[in-house]
Amino acid sequence: MKLLDCPVIGKRPISEFDYLGEVRVPPSQADELVWADYVFNRKGAPGVLRERWYHRPTGRWFVFDRDTLTDEIVAVVDAADVRYEEPRYEIPA
Amino acid sequence: MKYRLDPQPLEWIDRSESMSFDFEGQRFSGFKGDSLTSALLAGGQKLLGRSFKYHRPRSALSLANHDVNALFQSAEATNIRGDVTPVSEGLKLRACNVNGTLANDKDTYIGLLSRFLPVGFYYKAFHKPKKFFPFWERLIREKAGLGEISTQWSAIRQPKQYGFCDLLVIGAGASGMQAALTAADAGADVVLVDENPQIGGSLDYQLVNESDAASARRQLKQRIAEHPGIRVFTGHYACGWYTDHYVPLVGPEGIIKMRAGGVIMATGVMEQPAVFRNNDLPGVMLASGAQRLIARYAVKPGQRAVVLCGNDEGYRAALDMIEAGIEVAAVVDLEWLDKRGHWAEQVKAKGIPVLEQSAIYEAKGKDALKAVVVAPFDGRSCDSGQGKTIRCDLLLMSVGWAPAAQLLYQSGSKLGYDKKLQQILPRELSPGIHACGRLNGAFTLEQRLADGERAAKEAVAQLRGKTVETELTRFRDDRAHSHDWPIIGHPKGKNFVDYDEDLQLKDLINAAKEGFDNIELMKRFSTNGMGPSQGKHANMNGIRVLAEITRKTIDETGSTTARPMFHPVPVSALAGRRFRPERLTPMQAWHTANGAKMMEAGRWLRPEFYGAPAQREQAILQEVQAVRSGLGIIDVSTLGKIEVMGPDAGRLLDVVYTMKMSTIKQGMTRYALMVDDSGVIVDDGIVGRVTDDRFYVSATTSHADAAFRTLSLKIQELGLNVRLVNRTGSLAALNLAGPASRKLLSTLTDVDLSEESFPYLGMREGTLCGYPVRLIRVGFVGELGYEIHMPATAALEIWETLIKAGKPYGIRPFGVEAQRVLRLEKGHIIVGQDTDGLTNPFEANMAWAVPLKSKPWFTGKPSLALLQARCQRRLIGFRLPKGYNGELPKECHLIIENGEMAGRITSIAYSPALGRVIGLAMVDLPLAESASALEVRVDSGAMVTLEPCPTPFYDADGARQTADLTEVA
Repeated sequence: MKLLDCPVIGKRPISEFDYLGEVRVPPSQADELVWADYVFNRKGAPGVLRERWYHRPTGRWFVFDRDTLTDEIVAVVDAADVRYEEPRYEIPA
Repeated sequence: MKYRLDPQPLEWIDRSESMSFDFEGQRFSGFKGDSLTSALLAGGQKLLGRSFKYHRPRSALSLANHDVNALFQSAEATNIRGDVTPVSEGLKLRACNVNGTLANDKDTYIGLLSRFLPVGFYYKAFHKPKKFFPFWERLIREKAGLGEISTQWSAIRQPKQYGFCDLLVIGAGASGMQAALTAADAGADVVLVDENPQIGGSLDYQLVNESDAASARRQLKQRIAEHPGIRVFTGHYACGWYTDHYVPLVGPEGIIKMRAGGVIMATGVMEQPAVFRNNDLPGVMLASGAQRLIARYAVKPGQRAVVLCGNDEGYRAALDMIEAGIEVAAVVDLEWLDKRGHWAEQVKAKGIPVLEQSAIYEAKGKDALKAVVVAPFDGRSCDSGQGKTIRCDLLLMSVGWAPAAQLLYQSGSKLGYDKKLQQILPRELSPGIHACGRLNGAFTLEQRLADGERAAKEAVAQLRGKTVETELTRFRDDRAHSHDWPIIGHPKGKNFVDYDEDLQLKDLINAAKEGFDNIELMKRFSTNGMGPSQGKHANMNGIRVLAEITRKTIDETGSTTARPMFHPVPVSALAGRRFRPERLTPMQAWHTANGAKMMEAGRWLRPEFYGAPAQREQAILQEVQAVRSGLGIIDVSTLGKIEVMGPDAGRLLDVVYTMKMSTIKQGMTRYALMVDDSGVIVDDGIVGRVTDDRFYVSATTSHADAAFRTLSLKIQELGLNVRLVNRTGSLAALNLAGPASRKLLSTLTDVDLSEESFPYLGMREGTLCGYPVRLIRVGFVGELGYEIHMPATAALEIWETLIKAGKPYGIRPFGVEAQRVLRLEKGHIIVGQDTDGLTNPFEANMAWAVPLKSKPWFTGKPSLALLQARCQRRLIGFRLPKGYNGELPKECHLIIENGEMAGRITSIAYSPALGRVIGLAMVDLPLAESASALEVRVDSGAMVTLEPCPTPFYDADGARQTADLTEVA
């Protein structure tokens, strides 16, 4: 994929986009291991990954489901579907 | 030009314009339109080069750059490919793989040693004994390589173009021309590209004497020339296929980066040599090579020819030779004559002897072909006992084709071996990719035209979003045009599979015996297909040999991958000016007019200091002193400037920054530290509250875009009701700093600057010189100071007004370097200089900016909670003794403790206020806390002792940032 079919303005070169990787939501509860897993580990297996992309010229964020094997965008996801509340927990040191 | 024929109907040469050039010190002339190879052959120069390994004599083979027998160099250039480089007046060429002279190469003895240089010998020999390796290395380096590079080169800049089209048709032969026309007739915007200087493809050399081809040629060419929907790029080759049909077209003037909606590959086939002893002798040519030579350049390839046929095309070539006045001594057919069609009948009718079921057992001659030995052939090997010698100076090989499928492979399309055609053909095409013509197995003219039309219709339908059932196989021929084993063993070898690398049949057999019996392994071990031709004439036979050895099918054997770029591309077509926009502040013109030395800061240019480069140190010192004692002014327009508005603005800033921002009082600012999820410092700046639901945020120069992106991401992640405006470019900013700053500013603004109404860290809106501005009391440089944020359009006027009004106070503009010294005296860190990609706030002595207890959440909080007790290093201040005049440590010099690295200097400068060198260093715990002295290793290797000391170095209680104490009268 070198052209990304932007849901708002159509096909644009991916050089206009920043790639932020998979959509990650902080765990709702965490101990040290769970938190470290959230901070440092990423999904690497091929398959459909829910990702955030940022279109710099328009300053817009997008959430796409992309098949990392075929490099195809399978779905445009509504950002509201991946919203979260900021958690409020303490992790005992 | 004694081998020049009478004018040929389609010749490329312009006989009215002749050009002369030198080859190996001898004068040659050719016509405009000649290639170097054709001009040399026309002049009787048959010997064109020496082979890479054995220095064997070589001459033209394909005339299509599918081999590098004709590889030249001049004083300016190497790798000049004779087949495709046009002659030009005054060229001075040399053969490039010659020791001595081309005719008398001193390295031909290496051929006699070939028995001692088995395949892969350089992987095995020369390692032992180790002490001899330098000797061998020197010798190999001398012998290896093709040509000499001139160090007297000059950079060639070529323009880059971007192109767009609906359909890109690659290859302008019969099927490609037809495809382009059909698609353009259907309304598509078509680009037709061909590497040759003229369109026509094999129609113009293989079918040049066919009457039905003549009318098709005339019509196709005329219609293409007149069609408004077709853009033709001749002399351009599509060097690779990249995702989403991005195909760079490389031409003599530079590169066109073509983005197509779909691609029709009509790239045709490349003729493959037969493998037999001495198949590389000058005079042994591909049949299509000889046809090119005659039709394009009107050059006679020889006097007396033998034609080796594994297909019908060989008979066509034999007829063409007769047409050109060459005596055809015999046609040698690998199979029975009754398999052949009407061209064979015509040959027979002319009384040419045809030797059926026979092959060339060996070619004879020292520096050029003198005769061939023909022997009965059973499809696998020759009966050498019944060899018959035929005198000839030209042998044409017409035994089969390999698809020019490099781009097709790159597009991810699947190909497979077709036993009926004995050729690798497309099986499954990637979306938007189409194939037609001989590449797709359509061989007769009728088939090729019909296949081009079919491919174009399918391509246009697909472009218009229709699902198309492809009829890929519909117009394929039903008979073979390649022989499945045109390979003849010989006990004495020298039967070459790869001409570039001098690889003989036995080399491949030995490679397989040694266990390199996978096509990719065999390629790398034997280097088959790794020379400058990249397997164009060698891969197919390599695959056939390996399949035979391993008793596998061609499909099971597979093919190596032709990576982009499949054809060599001059660096000048790729290299170029980087597109690197620079941002300039509104005060740029003033800075340069006033002697500023500019430096890069992210994308911006900023004044480093004002003054002559020779007076750098002195200028910085004076700038620092001006700020400390009177008044300084610095352009800080490069800071990130973001307006954050909306009911959730406070909540957003609370999440993004470590400290609580929602509690800032209106008209006040707070230091803002940003960390990532792992607790690493990524940015700092200030947050000011304008109104209840409106904040003004600044970020560091290099992180401004990222800070804006982080804020906007959090808005989406949390679904906040916040609006952001990035004002980095629309607002300019300056910092007016020094004891006199308030006095000066009060004469120019309506804002009440008194300490009570506008305290330290306060932020006020008002007017300055009649423009709306925002004033912020900041303390980065440690003096009374005001950051003035103003419309970019007003910035220069305000700047100049301040400079003029500040004259009585000795105002002095200062640059980034002076600011660095000033902030260092205050112990303020610069993110990215005093911190690195792993530094957390505790290490940077900023625990005060991490409210773990009082704030329920912010990005990175859990990480920092865990890191607090696990701090491993710390940023500490240090100083050198007053009057130190030894070698100065520099930033990044290492602190050494007991022979181990224990830290590094992050900032260091001479402080005029303290009269000594001060700095910051990131030092491992517990050394950072306990050491009374640190040893740092400087450039010379000497150790310098640093004395740790508390920060700030200057004005520790911050008294000077309060106006009343410092104000000058």
